[in-house]
Amino acid sequence: MSVPHALLALLSEGPKYGMQLRDEYEAVTGDVWPLNVGQVYTTLRRLERDGLVESDEAGDEERQKAYLITAQGEIELRDWLRTPPDPASPPRDELVTKVLMALRVPGVDVHEVIQAHRRQVVELMQQWTRFKQDETEFDLPFALVVDAELVRLQGVVKWLDLADDHVKRAGKEPVQASVPKLRRRVVVRQ
Amino acid sequence: MTFLELHQVSKSYGEGPTEVHALSGIDLSVERGGLVAVMGPSGSGKSTLLTIAGSLEEPTSGEVLIDGTLLRTMSRNDKARLRRRTIGFVFQDFNLLAGLTALENVSLPLELDGVSLKKARATGMAALEQIGVADRAGHFPDQLSGGERQRVAIARAVVGERHLLLADEPSGALDSVNAEAVMRMIHEACERGVAAVVVTHDAHLASWADRVILLRDGRMVDQTLAPSAEALLQPTPSP
Repeated sequence: MSVPHALLALLSEGPKYGMQLRDEYEAVTGDVWPLNVGQVYTTLRRLERDGLVESDEAGDEERQKAYLITAQGEIELRDWLRTPPDPASPPRDELVTKVLMALRVPGVDVHEVIQAHRRQVVELMQQWTRFKQDETEFDLPFALVVDAELVRLQGVVKWLDLADDHVKRAGKEPVQASVPKLRRRVVVRQ
Repeated sequence: MTFLELHQVSKSYGEGPTEVHALSGIDLSVERGGLVAVMGPSGSGKSTLLTIAGSLEEPTSGEVLIDGTLLRTMSRNDKARLRRRTIGFVFQDFNLLAGLTALENVSLPLELDGVSLKKARATGMAALEQIGVADRAGHFPDQLSGGERQRVAIARAVVGERHLLLADEPSGALDSVNAEAVMRMIHEACERGVAAVVVTHDAHLASWADRVILLRDGRMVDQTLAPSAEALLQPTPSP
Protein backbone atom coordinates (compact mmCIF):
# COMPACT_ATOMS: atom_id res chain seq x y z
CA MET A 1 0.00 0.00 0.00
CA SER A 2 1.20 3.49 -0.81
CA VAL A 3 1.85 5.08 2.57
CA PRO A 4 2.30 8.64 1.19
CA HIS A 5 -1.10 8.56 -0.51
CA ALA A 6 -2.77 6.94 2.48
CA LEU A 7 -1.47 9.82 4.64
CA LEU A 8 -2.77 12.33 2.10
CA ALA A 9 -6.18 10.63 2.28
CA LEU A 10 -6.23 10.93 6.07
CA LEU A 11 -5.13 14.56 5.90
CA SER A 12 -7.95 15.33 3.46
CA GLU A 13 -10.26 15.16 6.52
CA GLY A 14 -8.35 18.00 8.23
CA PRO A 15 -5.00 18.83 9.91
CA LYS A 16 -3.44 16.02 11.96
CA TYR A 17 -0.33 15.18 14.03
CA GLY A 18 2.14 12.44 13.08
CA MET A 19 1.19 10.06 15.89
CA GLN A 20 -2.47 10.61 15.14
CA LEU A 21 -1.83 9.71 11.46
CA ARG A 22 -0.05 6.52 12.50
CA ASP A 23 -2.98 5.44 14.72
CA GLU A 24 -5.59 6.31 12.09
CA TYR A 25 -3.63 4.54 9.32
CA GLU A 26 -3.56 1.34 11.37
CA ALA A 27 -7.28 1.60 12.22
CA VAL A 28 -8.34 2.33 8.65
CA THR A 29 -6.39 -0.65 7.31
CA GLY A 30 -8.11 -3.00 9.76
CA ASP A 31 -4.98 -3.10 12.02
CA VAL A 32 -3.46 -5.49 9.50
CA TRP A 33 -0.55 -3.35 8.29
CA PRO A 34 1.46 -1.92 11.20
CA LEU A 35 3.22 1.38 10.51
CA ASN A 36 6.35 2.68 12.24
CA VAL A 37 5.94 6.25 13.48
CA GLY A 38 9.42 7.05 12.13
CA GLN A 39 8.18 6.12 8.66
CA VAL A 40 5.26 8.50 9.13
CA TYR A 41 7.58 11.46 9.83
CA THR A 42 9.95 10.53 6.99
CA THR A 43 7.00 10.35 4.60
CA LEU A 44 5.56 13.65 5.87
CA ARG A 45 8.93 15.40 5.29
CA ARG A 46 8.99 14.10 1.71
CA LEU A 47 5.40 15.15 1.11
CA GLU A 48 6.23 18.60 2.53
CA ARG A 49 9.32 18.87 0.30
CA ASP A 50 7.13 18.05 -2.74
CA GLY A 51 4.56 20.67 -1.76
CA LEU A 52 1.78 18.13 -1.12
CA VAL A 53 1.44 18.90 2.60
CA GLU A 54 2.49 21.76 4.86
CA SER A 55 3.05 21.94 8.59
CA ASP A 56 2.04 24.64 11.00
CA GLU A 57 4.87 26.50 12.67
CA ALA A 58 3.47 26.09 16.20
CA GLY A 59 5.84 23.44 17.47
CA ASP A 60 9.60 23.23 17.26
CA GLU A 61 9.60 19.48 17.60
CA GLU A 62 8.26 17.33 14.82
CA ARG A 63 5.72 15.56 17.01
CA GLN A 64 4.17 18.88 17.98
CA LYS A 65 3.58 19.89 14.38
CA ALA A 66 0.19 19.53 12.76
CA TYR A 67 0.20 18.72 9.06
CA LEU A 68 -2.36 19.76 6.48
CA ILE A 69 -2.87 18.84 2.85
CA THR A 70 -2.20 21.49 0.16
CA ALA A 71 -4.30 22.13 -2.98
CA GLN A 72 -1.61 20.30 -4.96
CA GLY A 73 -1.83 17.43 -2.50
CA GLU A 74 -5.63 17.23 -3.04
CA ILE A 75 -5.08 16.96 -6.80
CA GLU A 76 -2.39 14.29 -6.33
CA LEU A 77 -4.72 12.30 -4.01
CA ARG A 78 -7.67 12.37 -6.41
CA ASP A 79 -5.45 11.31 -9.33
CA TRP A 80 -3.98 8.45 -7.29
CA LEU A 81 -7.42 7.11 -6.24
CA ARG A 82 -8.42 6.67 -9.88
CA THR A 83 -5.12 5.51 -11.36
CA PRO A 84 -4.68 1.72 -11.49
CA PRO A 85 -1.42 0.29 -10.17
CA ASP A 86 0.92 -0.52 -13.08
CA PRO A 87 -1.14 -3.30 -14.70
CA ALA A 88 1.18 -4.04 -17.60
CA SER A 89 4.14 -5.57 -15.76
CA PRO A 90 3.72 -8.69 -13.65
CA PRO A 91 5.19 -8.20 -10.17
CA ARG A 92 8.18 -10.35 -9.24
CA ASP A 93 6.32 -12.86 -7.10
CA GLU A 94 8.28 -15.02 -4.65
CA LEU A 95 5.91 -17.98 -4.92
CA VAL A 96 6.05 -17.94 -8.72
CA THR A 97 9.85 -17.75 -8.49
CA LYS A 98 9.97 -20.77 -6.15
CA VAL A 99 7.93 -22.92 -8.51
CA LEU A 100 9.98 -21.79 -11.53
CA MET A 101 13.21 -22.60 -9.72
CA ALA A 102 11.83 -25.97 -8.49
CA LEU A 103 11.65 -26.97 -12.17
CA ARG A 104 15.41 -26.56 -12.37
CA VAL A 105 16.51 -28.29 -9.16
CA PRO A 106 17.47 -31.96 -9.72
CA GLY A 107 15.58 -34.44 -7.55
CA VAL A 108 12.81 -32.03 -6.57
CA ASP A 109 9.22 -33.14 -7.16
CA VAL A 110 7.57 -29.99 -8.51
CA HIS A 111 4.09 -31.38 -7.82
CA GLU A 112 5.02 -31.82 -4.18
CA VAL A 113 6.34 -28.25 -4.00
CA ILE A 114 3.15 -26.90 -5.63
CA GLN A 115 0.96 -28.99 -3.34
CA ALA A 116 2.77 -27.85 -0.19
CA HIS A 117 2.17 -24.22 -1.16
CA ARG A 118 -1.42 -24.90 -2.12
CA ARG A 119 -2.15 -26.45 1.27
CA GLN A 120 -0.53 -23.56 3.11
CA VAL A 121 -2.48 -20.99 1.10
CA VAL A 122 -5.81 -22.78 1.68
CA GLU A 123 -5.04 -23.01 5.42
CA LEU A 124 -4.32 -19.31 5.41
CA MET A 125 -7.66 -18.70 3.67
CA GLN A 126 -9.38 -20.77 6.36
CA GLN A 127 -7.79 -18.53 8.99
CA TRP A 128 -9.02 -15.37 7.28
CA THR A 129 -12.50 -16.87 6.81
CA ARG A 130 -12.75 -17.52 10.56
CA PHE A 131 -12.96 -13.76 10.98
CA LYS A 132 -15.96 -13.66 8.65
CA GLN A 133 -17.69 -16.44 10.53
CA ASP A 134 -17.65 -14.39 13.72
CA GLU A 135 -19.83 -11.41 12.93
CA THR A 136 -20.20 -10.20 16.51
CA GLU A 137 -17.83 -7.30 15.95
CA PHE A 138 -18.25 -6.09 12.38
CA ASP A 139 -15.48 -3.71 11.39
CA LEU A 140 -15.81 -2.34 7.83
CA PRO A 141 -12.11 -1.65 7.07
CA PHE A 142 -11.12 -5.05 8.46
CA ALA A 143 -13.91 -6.79 6.50
CA LEU A 144 -12.63 -5.18 3.30
CA VAL A 145 -9.04 -6.23 4.04
CA VAL A 146 -10.16 -9.82 4.77
CA ASP A 147 -12.07 -10.02 1.47
CA ALA A 148 -9.13 -8.54 -0.45
CA GLU A 149 -6.80 -11.16 1.05
CA LEU A 150 -9.24 -14.01 0.37
CA VAL A 151 -9.70 -13.00 -3.26
CA ARG A 152 -5.93 -12.59 -3.73
CA LEU A 153 -5.22 -15.99 -2.16
CA GLN A 154 -7.98 -17.57 -4.24
CA GLY A 155 -6.08 -16.35 -7.29
CA VAL A 156 -2.88 -17.91 -5.92
CA VAL A 157 -4.65 -21.28 -5.53
CA LYS A 158 -5.97 -21.03 -9.09
CA TRP A 159 -2.49 -20.32 -10.39
CA LEU A 160 -1.04 -23.27 -8.42
CA ASP A 161 -3.72 -25.57 -9.89
CA LEU A 162 -2.94 -24.36 -13.41
CA ALA A 163 0.81 -24.68 -12.77
CA ASP A 164 0.32 -28.25 -11.54
CA ASP A 165 -1.62 -29.12 -14.66
CA HIS A 166 0.98 -27.51 -16.95
CA VAL A 167 3.80 -29.38 -15.21
CA LYS A 168 1.85 -32.65 -15.44
CA ARG A 169 1.30 -32.17 -19.16
CA ALA A 170 4.88 -31.17 -19.78
CA GLY A 171 6.12 -34.43 -18.27
CA LYS A 172 7.78 -35.11 -14.98
CA GLU A 173 11.34 -34.61 -16.15
CA PRO A 174 12.87 -31.28 -15.09
CA VAL A 175 12.98 -28.82 -17.98
CA GLN A 176 16.35 -28.30 -19.62
CA ALA A 177 17.93 -24.90 -19.74
CA SER A 178 16.79 -23.37 -22.98
CA VAL A 179 16.71 -20.06 -24.72
CA PRO A 180 13.17 -18.98 -25.53
CA LYS A 181 12.56 -18.90 -29.28
CA LEU A 182 10.83 -15.60 -28.87
CA ARG A 183 11.92 -13.23 -26.18
CA ARG A 184 8.76 -11.86 -24.70
CA ARG A 185 8.61 -8.13 -24.45
CA VAL A 186 7.30 -8.04 -20.90
CA VAL A 187 9.03 -6.01 -18.24
CA VAL A 188 8.91 -7.48 -14.75
CA ARG A 189 8.23 -4.98 -12.01
CA GLN A 190 10.91 -5.05 -9.32
CA MET B 1 -18.85 -37.77 17.62
CA THR B 2 -18.24 -39.08 14.11
CA PHE B 3 -21.37 -39.05 11.96
CA LEU B 4 -20.02 -40.07 8.55
CA GLU B 5 -17.16 -42.51 8.09
CA LEU B 6 -15.58 -43.83 4.91
CA HIS B 7 -13.00 -46.60 5.30
CA GLN B 8 -10.80 -47.48 2.33
CA VAL B 9 -13.62 -46.72 -0.10
CA SER B 10 -12.88 -47.51 -3.74
CA LYS B 11 -15.13 -47.34 -6.76
CA SER B 12 -14.43 -48.72 -10.23
CA TYR B 13 -16.54 -48.68 -13.37
CA GLY B 14 -16.14 -51.22 -16.17
CA GLU B 15 -13.84 -54.22 -16.26
CA GLY B 16 -10.53 -55.29 -17.72
CA PRO B 17 -8.76 -52.79 -19.96
CA THR B 18 -11.70 -50.36 -19.85
CA GLU B 19 -11.84 -50.32 -16.05
CA VAL B 20 -11.84 -46.82 -14.58
CA HIS B 21 -10.90 -46.20 -10.95
CA ALA B 22 -13.13 -43.34 -9.86
CA LEU B 23 -12.08 -43.58 -6.20
CA SER B 24 -9.16 -45.41 -4.59
CA GLY B 25 -8.76 -46.09 -0.87
CA ILE B 26 -10.56 -43.04 0.51
CA ASP B 27 -10.61 -42.63 4.30
CA LEU B 28 -12.78 -39.81 5.59
CA SER B 29 -14.60 -39.07 8.81
CA VAL B 30 -16.87 -36.12 9.51
CA GLU B 31 -17.94 -35.22 13.03
CA ARG B 32 -21.34 -33.84 13.98
CA GLY B 33 -21.00 -30.13 13.41
CA GLY B 34 -18.03 -30.70 11.08
CA LEU B 35 -17.77 -29.09 7.66
CA VAL B 36 -15.47 -30.73 5.10
CA ALA B 37 -14.84 -29.27 1.66
CA VAL B 38 -13.77 -31.51 -1.21
CA MET B 39 -11.74 -29.95 -4.00
CA GLY B 40 -10.13 -31.38 -7.09
CA PRO B 41 -10.13 -31.10 -10.87
CA SER B 42 -12.97 -32.43 -13.03
CA GLY B 43 -13.03 -36.21 -13.04
CA SER B 44 -11.09 -36.49 -9.77
CA GLY B 45 -13.92 -38.38 -8.05
CA LYS B 46 -15.54 -35.57 -6.02
CA SER B 47 -19.12 -36.29 -7.06
CA THR B 48 -18.65 -40.06 -6.80
CA LEU B 49 -17.46 -39.60 -3.22
CA LEU B 50 -20.63 -37.63 -2.48
CA THR B 51 -23.01 -40.15 -4.04
CA ILE B 52 -21.35 -43.02 -2.14
CA ALA B 53 -21.47 -41.06 1.14
CA GLY B 54 -25.16 -40.40 0.45
CA SER B 55 -25.92 -44.12 -0.16
CA LEU B 56 -26.97 -43.39 -3.75
CA GLU B 57 -24.17 -45.62 -5.04
CA GLU B 58 -22.32 -48.56 -3.50
CA PRO B 59 -18.54 -48.67 -3.30
CA THR B 60 -16.70 -51.48 -5.11
CA SER B 61 -14.80 -52.07 -1.87
CA GLY B 62 -14.52 -50.42 1.54
CA GLU B 63 -17.13 -49.44 4.09
CA VAL B 64 -19.39 -46.45 4.70
CA LEU B 65 -20.96 -45.80 8.10
CA ILE B 66 -23.59 -43.18 8.83
CA ASP B 67 -24.27 -42.52 12.50
CA GLY B 68 -22.45 -45.74 13.32
CA THR B 69 -24.51 -47.93 10.97
CA LEU B 70 -22.80 -49.85 8.16
CA LEU B 71 -24.56 -49.06 4.88
CA ARG B 72 -23.58 -52.47 3.52
CA THR B 73 -25.82 -54.19 6.08
CA MET B 74 -28.88 -52.06 5.32
CA SER B 75 -31.73 -53.11 3.03
CA ARG B 76 -32.71 -50.98 0.06
CA ASN B 77 -35.78 -49.74 1.99
CA ASP B 78 -33.69 -48.87 5.04
CA LYS B 79 -31.32 -46.85 2.87
CA ALA B 80 -34.25 -45.01 1.27
CA ARG B 81 -35.56 -44.18 4.75
CA LEU B 82 -32.09 -43.04 5.82
CA ARG B 83 -31.94 -40.68 2.82
CA ARG B 84 -35.41 -39.28 3.56
CA ARG B 85 -34.81 -38.75 7.27
CA THR B 86 -31.13 -38.16 7.79
CA ILE B 87 -29.45 -36.95 4.61
CA GLY B 88 -30.03 -33.70 2.78
CA PHE B 89 -28.70 -33.13 -0.74
CA VAL B 90 -27.99 -29.76 -2.33
CA PHE B 91 -27.12 -29.48 -6.02
CA GLN B 92 -25.82 -26.68 -8.20
CA ASP B 93 -29.12 -26.40 -10.08
CA PHE B 94 -31.25 -26.37 -6.89
CA ASN B 95 -33.58 -29.21 -8.06
CA LEU B 96 -36.69 -27.56 -6.63
CA LEU B 97 -40.02 -28.87 -7.93
CA ALA B 98 -41.48 -26.16 -10.17
CA GLY B 99 -45.14 -26.83 -9.34
CA LEU B 100 -44.67 -26.49 -5.58
CA THR B 101 -44.18 -23.36 -3.48
CA ALA B 102 -41.00 -22.84 -1.46
CA LEU B 103 -42.72 -24.12 1.68
CA GLU B 104 -44.17 -27.16 -0.12
CA ASN B 105 -40.74 -27.99 -1.53
CA VAL B 106 -39.20 -27.86 1.94
CA SER B 107 -41.94 -29.83 3.72
CA LEU B 108 -42.36 -32.48 1.00
CA PRO B 109 -39.61 -34.83 2.30
CA LEU B 110 -41.32 -34.87 5.71
CA GLU B 111 -44.73 -35.54 4.19
CA LEU B 112 -43.29 -38.41 2.12
CA ASP B 113 -41.95 -39.81 5.37
CA GLY B 114 -45.44 -39.90 6.90
CA VAL B 115 -45.30 -36.73 8.98
CA SER B 116 -48.72 -35.04 9.20
CA LEU B 117 -49.28 -32.17 6.78
CA LYS B 118 -49.70 -29.65 9.60
CA LYS B 119 -46.53 -30.69 11.38
CA ALA B 120 -44.55 -30.94 8.13
CA ARG B 121 -45.57 -27.40 7.14
CA ALA B 122 -44.70 -26.02 10.59
CA THR B 123 -41.28 -27.71 10.50
CA GLY B 124 -40.75 -26.53 6.91
CA MET B 125 -41.62 -22.98 7.91
CA ALA B 126 -39.11 -23.13 10.78
CA ALA B 127 -36.41 -24.24 8.31
CA LEU B 128 -37.25 -21.34 5.97
CA GLU B 129 -37.10 -18.93 8.91
CA GLN B 130 -33.66 -20.23 9.92
CA ILE B 131 -32.40 -19.61 6.40
CA GLY B 132 -34.02 -16.17 6.21
CA VAL B 133 -36.52 -16.76 3.39
CA ALA B 134 -39.75 -17.24 5.38
CA ASP B 135 -41.28 -14.28 3.53
CA ARG B 136 -40.93 -16.28 0.29
CA ALA B 137 -42.75 -19.36 1.61
CA GLY B 138 -45.72 -18.97 -0.79
CA HIS B 139 -43.63 -18.23 -3.89
CA PHE B 140 -42.99 -20.73 -6.66
CA PRO B 141 -39.35 -21.41 -7.72
CA ASP B 142 -39.68 -19.30 -10.89
CA GLN B 143 -40.69 -16.33 -8.72
CA LEU B 144 -37.46 -16.58 -6.70
CA SER B 145 -33.98 -15.26 -7.48
CA GLY B 146 -31.10 -17.75 -7.86
CA GLY B 147 -29.87 -16.95 -4.36
CA GLU B 148 -33.34 -17.44 -2.86
CA ARG B 149 -33.81 -20.75 -4.70
CA GLN B 150 -30.57 -22.08 -3.28
CA ARG B 151 -31.60 -20.93 0.22
CA VAL B 152 -34.84 -22.89 -0.16
CA ALA B 153 -32.83 -25.91 -1.38
CA ILE B 154 -30.63 -25.68 1.73
CA ALA B 155 -33.71 -25.34 3.98
CA ARG B 156 -35.07 -28.52 2.34
CA ALA B 157 -31.76 -30.29 2.92
CA VAL B 158 -31.64 -29.54 6.65
CA VAL B 159 -35.39 -29.64 7.46
CA GLY B 160 -36.46 -31.75 10.43
CA GLU B 161 -33.84 -34.06 11.89
CA ARG B 162 -31.46 -34.24 8.95
CA HIS B 163 -27.94 -34.49 10.29
CA LEU B 164 -25.90 -35.02 7.13
CA LEU B 165 -25.76 -32.40 4.40
CA LEU B 166 -24.11 -33.35 1.11
CA ALA B 167 -23.69 -30.50 -1.35
CA ASP B 168 -22.31 -30.70 -4.90
CA GLU B 169 -21.14 -27.27 -6.11
CA PRO B 170 -24.01 -25.64 -4.16
CA SER B 171 -23.04 -22.15 -5.21
CA GLY B 172 -21.76 -22.87 -8.71
CA ALA B 173 -24.42 -20.84 -10.50
CA LEU B 174 -24.47 -17.93 -8.08
CA ASP B 175 -22.62 -14.61 -7.96
CA SER B 176 -19.90 -14.26 -5.35
CA VAL B 177 -22.10 -12.52 -2.75
CA ASN B 178 -24.84 -15.18 -2.94
CA ALA B 179 -22.23 -17.95 -3.13
CA GLU B 180 -20.77 -16.77 0.14
CA ALA B 181 -24.26 -16.52 1.67
CA VAL B 182 -24.77 -20.19 0.79
CA MET B 183 -21.54 -21.19 2.55
CA ARG B 184 -22.50 -19.07 5.56
CA MET B 185 -25.83 -20.94 5.77
CA ILE B 186 -24.15 -24.32 5.52
CA HIS B 187 -21.68 -23.22 8.20
CA GLU B 188 -24.56 -22.15 10.44
CA ALA B 189 -26.28 -25.51 9.89
CA CYS B 190 -23.05 -27.16 11.06
CA GLU B 191 -23.00 -24.98 14.15
CA ARG B 192 -26.43 -26.48 14.94
CA GLY B 193 -24.87 -29.98 14.76
CA VAL B 194 -25.21 -30.94 11.10
CA ALA B 195 -22.26 -32.79 9.51
CA ALA B 196 -21.61 -31.47 6.01
CA VAL B 197 -19.52 -32.40 2.98
CA VAL B 198 -19.36 -29.75 0.28
CA VAL B 199 -17.82 -30.29 -3.14
CA THR B 200 -16.51 -27.07 -4.62
CA HIS B 201 -13.87 -25.94 -7.11
CA ASP B 202 -13.64 -22.57 -5.37
CA ALA B 203 -10.93 -22.20 -2.69
CA HIS B 204 -12.64 -19.06 -1.37
CA LEU B 205 -15.77 -21.08 -0.54
CA ALA B 206 -13.81 -24.14 0.60
CA SER B 207 -12.10 -21.96 3.20
CA TRP B 208 -15.39 -21.93 5.15
CA ALA B 209 -14.73 -25.59 5.97
CA ASP B 210 -12.92 -26.96 9.02
CA ARG B 211 -10.99 -29.25 6.70
CA VAL B 212 -10.30 -29.05 2.98
CA ILE B 213 -9.41 -32.27 1.18
CA LEU B 214 -8.00 -32.50 -2.31
CA LEU B 215 -8.76 -35.38 -4.68
CA ARG B 216 -6.76 -36.18 -7.76
CA ASP B 217 -7.39 -39.19 -9.99
CA GLY B 218 -9.64 -40.71 -7.32
CA ARG B 219 -7.08 -40.44 -4.52
CA MET B 220 -6.98 -38.09 -1.59
CA VAL B 221 -3.66 -36.36 -2.22
CA ASP B 222 -3.74 -33.75 0.53
CA GLN B 223 -5.79 -32.14 3.25
CA THR B 224 -5.47 -29.00 5.30
CA LEU B 225 -4.95 -29.04 9.02
CA ALA B 226 -7.52 -27.32 11.22
CA PRO B 227 -6.35 -23.74 11.83
CA SER B 228 -5.10 -23.34 15.40
CA ALA B 229 -6.54 -20.81 17.82
CA GLU B 230 -3.12 -19.19 18.07
CA ALA B 231 -3.03 -18.72 14.31
CA LEU B 232 -6.45 -17.09 14.44
CA LEU B 233 -5.30 -14.46 16.88
CA GLN B 234 -2.26 -13.60 14.82
CA PRO B 235 -3.06 -14.12 11.16
CA THR B 236 -0.17 -14.03 8.75
CA PRO B 237 -1.07 -11.39 6.20
CA SER B 238 0.50 -13.17 3.24
CA PRO B 239 2.26 -16.43 2.42
